[in-house]
Amino acid sequence: MSEKAKGPDNHPNLLDLLTELTVQARQSVSTWEEAADQVGKLLVDAGTVEQHYIDAMKQVFRDMGAYAVIAPGIVLLHARPEDGVIEPTFGMVTLATPVPFGHPDNDPVDIVLAFGAVDKQAHITALQQLAKLLMDPAAVERIRTASDDQELVSVIRSLNSGSEPTSGSLESL
Amino acid sequence: MRIVTLCGMGFGTSLMLKMFLEEILKDLNVQAEIIPWDLGSFKGGGQVDIIVAPKDMESFLKETDASVVLLENLIDKEHITERIKPVLIEKGALSMD
Repeated sequence: MSEKAKGPDNHPNLLDLLTELTVQARQSVSTWEEAADQVGKLLVDAGTVEQHYIDAMKQVFRDMGAYAVIAPGIVLLHARPEDGVIEPTFGMVTLATPVPFGHPDNDPVDIVLAFGAVDKQAHITALQQLAKLLMDPAAVERIRTASDDQELVSVIRSLNSGSEPTSGSLESL
Repeated sequence: MRIVTLCGMGFGTSLMLKMFLEEILKDLNVQAEIIPWDLGSFKGGGQVDIIVAPKDMESFLKETDASVVLLENLIDKEHITERIKPVLIEKGALSMD
């Protein structure tokens, strides 16, 4: 990653992480495990996590419970830095047909997000930007309906362009 | 006022919850220290007034003396505001109106 692609404190921005390499639209999967495999493979192929990170994400999801389905239709998967994260990374896969993840209120899921953190700091700018994006129902709807990878990347780019981290500073953690 | 946001590992959800809570409390004009924490190292007690956590962590929070706010939706500001307001009022950090 080039220096100019980094945000405050050298933290990468969401836009530099959610790219053609790590975003896929309208994929077909039949189980939550396949959905996790799909988004995990994007991160592996981008060279940002090791292969075993995918299994670690699935194991964390099984261990920790379904709360990773953070809102109706949206899951945010991740494991620990020591599970094979090479550099801070985010991926997104939207599903043609939603699949259940076992959450009592927020199933089924059609926006599958994954990230890898190297510590509790470097992914924070991107995480904040992602949270801002997901807070906006109109933005989520545009993500949901993007028909191919290129359109999905464009949508993310248009939604998040110029967005700065909020004043509430997670940086100080 | 000390508020803990809780998640499984302390890398994702608890950080996002902290961010939303900071915005909500600022709007409500409530001062609080917000600390993201992971379930593994959180022992439930100490100097914590309010714990904000995903709903399916309820079973881990039976022992705590702090007030517990459980959320189904972790990114909906209105939902979070609605849930935390009564607790802030109960704690005297916010008036009824």
